[in-house]
Amino acid sequence: MDDKKQIKRREFINTGVRIGIGVGLGAIGVVLSTRTLSGKSVWQIDPAKCVQCGKCATSCVLEQSAVKCVHVIEMCGYCDLCGGYLRPETKELNTAAESQLCPTAAIARKFVEEPFFEYHIIEELCIGCGKCVKGCGAFGNGSLQLQVQHKLCVNCNQCAIARVCPSEAFSRVPATAPYLLKGFENKK
Amino acid sequence: MNKNARVAILIIFTSLLVFNIFGIQRFPKPEFESGYSQPETQVPSPRGAIFEYLDLAVFIGCLSLISWLVIKKRSRKGVFWLSIFSLLYFGFYRKGCICPVGSLQNISMALFNPEYSLPITAIAFFVLPLGFTLFFGRTFCAGVCPLGAIQDIFAFRPVSLKSWVQSLLGLIPFIYLGLAVLFAATGTDFIVCRYDPFVGFFRHNASFMMFAIGGILLLISVFIARPYCRFLCPYGVLLNLVSRFSKKHLSIAPSKCISCRLCEDACPFGAIDKPTGAKNKEQSNVLVKRLILYCLITPLLMGVCGWTASKYHESFAKVNFKVRLANEIMLSAKTETAQPALEVTTFRASGKAVEKLYAEAARIVDRFYIGSWFLGGFIGLVFGLTLARFTLVQYRTEYTTNKGTCFSCARCVDYCPVKE
Repeated sequence: MDDKKQIKRREFINTGVRIGIGVGLGAIGVVLSTRTLSGKSVWQIDPAKCVQCGKCATSCVLEQSAVKCVHVIEMCGYCDLCGGYLRPETKELNTAAESQLCPTAAIARKFVEEPFFEYHIIEELCIGCGKCVKGCGAFGNGSLQLQVQHKLCVNCNQCAIARVCPSEAFSRVPATAPYLLKGFENKK
Repeated sequence: MNKNARVAILIIFTSLLVFNIFGIQRFPKPEFESGYSQPETQVPSPRGAIFEYLDLAVFIGCLSLISWLVIKKRSRKGVFWLSIFSLLYFGFYRKGCICPVGSLQNISMALFNPEYSLPITAIAFFVLPLGFTLFFGRTFCAGVCPLGAIQDIFAFRPVSLKSWVQSLLGLIPFIYLGLAVLFAATGTDFIVCRYDPFVGFFRHNASFMMFAIGGILLLISVFIARPYCRFLCPYGVLLNLVSRFSKKHLSIAPSKCISCRLCEDACPFGAIDKPTGAKNKEQSNVLVKRLILYCLITPLLMGVCGWTASKYHESFAKVNFKVRLANEIMLSAKTETAQPALEVTTFRASGKAVEKLYAEAARIVDRFYIGSWFLGGFIGLVFGLTLARFTLVQYRTEYTTNKGTCFSCARCVDYCPVKE
């Protein structure tokens, strides 16, 4: 008799607490759902804030960083003396070592016509160190820009590069406009 | 002279930066004569948002299925295969992100930072397992969590731990949870994601350190089953607390327990409560006195722990980027000769007001001060209640699963000779 009473009391408390937790969980869900993003969001670099410190190449959780250089070819000046391709202070090409600015030789150039060259990034080689981006931004049009490549990015809850970025250039952007390139229309 | 030169350098430097920021087209696009056509810039698009909802659907499906398998079917085999599926899908295919364990940080960040907007999947991943636990016990741990599944398959030779060791190590998740909430609520860092030991295996990619920690944990789980779940997982704390009040829960015997002791060593997690002896009046008097004592001590413990933690609030705050930046700028302003850090030069070049940064950093440090009082108080409360719990003896006549710590893996079910 006494035992039954106790069990009843315990059940009563359990039910009460259960309803309490349920209501609490529901409240959290409802309150926060008013503050959700309309859709998916992804990490991206704002090239206007990026200072090309080189941490993108080393801080990504992936061994091969998801950050790569993107060449916005619409902005390119096709320069002969490209600040992103050649080492700084290069005035003429005579030692065959001027083109070693990129540590992995990930920029290739192709002769178009005198005196213009077309540049493109070999993505498999690019490590996202931003050396070319710095050179192009300082002396050229700024058509080379670092961006998170969404084919590679695993979209961590907290981006490991964003944590160490000195200029707070990383932010979450809507997945419908996943790139923040300057001088180039975002396409889906 | 020196000053003039400095000003000139500054002007040149800032003008360069201005060019950089506005991206002035220094060299116009050439007009080609050789009929060259310009290729288009190609950027790969991210995984579609529709897949996000597919993940959610799979998640809900798995939770429903595992609850059915545990409560109705009572099938260890089913639980095992579903956990393998979850390991493959949420672990290796979805690369372990986003998981409910990490989502608790999104939730606490959103609760304390009104400007932070979180993805709807984060809310769902946080709320749904807790909701299911409220009705069916920790079935999420049994077969949906990829972190649990990867450890579970390594549990070859589980040894049973002394109950005091379990209780002592069981305090770690509470501290971890407290720290995770503190750092997330101040918008500082997501430490649970950062130190997720198994996500490296899912991505086949991590730092050596994280691989080493993950490997060691997997090695440990051969002997101490599910070490991360039991002694680290901060989300497990929430599940544990909620599961105690669950409506239904896995029972070892489908009907009346015959106390045959076959299941006694079945549980690798030490989550089976043995029958106790009869009530002892004298002993219970002593225990009641002890309970009252511990209940009186608990507020004192909370105060002491809170005070201790608040002493370290500045060290905690240094994890925050803005606080660290403000500190470094203050330091470099004092010692001019030193080469300033990259962050400092970047901040100076950005032209933002230092006073604003200082004010913001001060605000964050203040939040850390309050937060660390709460953290300490929480830890003190947990210590006090853990002590108090030892004085509460539940009298049992049957072998039962401990609703808090049981992962509902259904191993014990196979040991039970009662089939009807």
